[in-house]
Amino acid sequence: MSGRNEKLISRRRIRLDRTASRIWAVFRGILILGISFIIIYPILNQLSLSFMTARDLYDATVRFIPREVTYENFVIAFNRMNYLRALINTFLVSSLLGLLQLLSSLIIGYGFARFQFKGSNILFALVILSLLIPPSLIMLPLFLNFRFFTAFGILPEPGINLIGSSWPLVLLALTGTARRNGLFIFIVRQYFKGMSENLEEAAYVDGAGPLKTFFMIMMPNAVPILIIIFLFSFVWQWNDLFYSHLFLRGSSLLSLNLQRMTSAYFQQGVEPFIDGAHMANVSNAAILMYIIPLLGLYALLQSYFVESIEKTGIIG
Amino acid sequence: MDIKKRISRLSLDQRKSVLGILFTAPFTVGFILFLLYPIIQSVIFSLSDLSIVEGGYEIDFVGLSNYSEALFIDSYFRRIFIDTFIRLLLELPAILIFSFFAAILLNQKFRGRMLARVLFFLPVILGAEIIIRLGQAHYMEQAMQLGQGAFFDVEAIGEFLNQLMLPPELTEYVLAAIDDFPEIVRSSGIQILIFLAALQSIPSALYEVAHIEGATGWETFWKVTFPMVSPMILVNFIYTVIDTFTAPDNQLLTYIQNIAWGSGDYGISVAMSWFYFLAIAVLLIIVFVSVSRYVYYES
Repeated sequence: MSGRNEKLISRRRIRLDRTASRIWAVFRGILILGISFIIIYPILNQLSLSFMTARDLYDATVRFIPREVTYENFVIAFNRMNYLRALINTFLVSSLLGLLQLLSSLIIGYGFARFQFKGSNILFALVILSLLIPPSLIMLPLFLNFRFFTAFGILPEPGINLIGSSWPLVLLALTGTARRNGLFIFIVRQYFKGMSENLEEAAYVDGAGPLKTFFMIMMPNAVPILIIIFLFSFVWQWNDLFYSHLFLRGSSLLSLNLQRMTSAYFQQGVEPFIDGAHMANVSNAAILMYIIPLLGLYALLQSYFVESIEKTGIIG
Repeated sequence: MDIKKRISRLSLDQRKSVLGILFTAPFTVGFILFLLYPIIQSVIFSLSDLSIVEGGYEIDFVGLSNYSEALFIDSYFRRIFIDTFIRLLLELPAILIFSFFAAILLNQKFRGRMLARVLFFLPVILGAEIIIRLGQAHYMEQAMQLGQGAFFDVEAIGEFLNQLMLPPELTEYVLAAIDDFPEIVRSSGIQILIFLAALQSIPSALYEVAHIEGATGWETFWKVTFPMVSPMILVNFIYTVIDTFTAPDNQLLTYIQNIAWGSGDYGISVAMSWFYFLAIAVLLIIVFVSVSRYVYYES
């Protein structure tokens, strides 16, 4: 009698559990859809606005779907941003700095993960500290040091002007002190700390030196996190306005040109004046053209990004 | 050759420490030249009147006047400073709670999980600066009264909360958080990534044991998931503070930059940056000391 009762209760419970999990699945689906919508809403909005004419923008009956589809906004944005040239420049600068940051954080992070030495903990604390320093604190001294660059006393006064070239950013990237570079050093260190040392010991026993071990054994293993770090540094350089504004003045970079374009309705020597509403559409088109290469890159590398999170070893 | 011979004569420990110093040398050099030296210079600048002259710059020692100017005379700086801090203190818990929750969602098994993850991490790719541009474009529309309306009807939710007789401060906070929700979602990308990695690193054996012992989902969450993830709450906390404080759309940073490049008051701008840096440092130390006591470490 009691056995039958228990069976009944447990069956009822299973049914209840199943309904609960079904309700939760629906609720979860709605939540995820909603949040995803919030994230892509601005992009969708831009997309619709960038194909609109100024007249459509003023017309309150036009919502999302433009009445007359126009490519004019893209043409104007293309010309005013000097798009092709800026795209190539931005791509080259971002790739160069991304690779250099990758290399330096890899070497430095590996050093922190594998070799203990006097003061290594203090040095690592300084890496974290480097993330905390507000850029505005050192912006001016850095600018002046690179403007009158004497290689810290080696070159004669007043030194050479490195502003406007990639050299300041290259030097920062090579020494692991570029913006947020400390984060990459941290990730690399955590990753190698989580890896077993047997592999290296075997390599040492077989007579490989530390450099050979590092490049032949450890680096190939770290490819997923290397791709993530490259993606981050590439994208952050692409989006950077602060350091680009400071050191790469006058260069034709997408971020700089986009800013110049949206802040000035009238550019001397280029085309006539464009009124505010029309300019809003043009800048929407410009922003889309600015993010499309990034979206492409993300689509290409997203599987590394999404699937290999656990491999980053952020969790030591 | 000579160096090689000398290294091979060292003991294993000594060799390891030499290698460590060599591998980390780029950062040591970079830290001294591009962080420490500029920081010392910035202290000097903040105590002086700096002017750019032909072929270099000149500094005039003026004592603490830049600091007192920033603190007592520039009332706008004071206001913006306090504003930035309050905003951060309000946004921090919202970002942490949201990213924790989002990570739990993305860690569950459902169809389209990969697509959802790709979308959730999208804001990391579309960096903060470009988002501001998106925002500015919206202001233009709103100025022309063509806005497509807010996501949520905040007033209706406010009335509902008022009817629940909750304390008005709490109601206000919830309303502000709802109003800022898109902003919070967009600044949580990395935090979600970190929490997700932490969730995936919890050994499944722990959940099995909890299940066998008859723990409910609620108990499992508080007794297993939460303690195991707690170190990452600290990491995310610190990351969020850094991210908000050094974000390019940070009002205070923009103001300091304008002071330096717009009006040429370099000394004052550096003095302001020092106040700012000290404030972050104090905040982080307080949090670190008070939170790390409650963090659970496995080993």
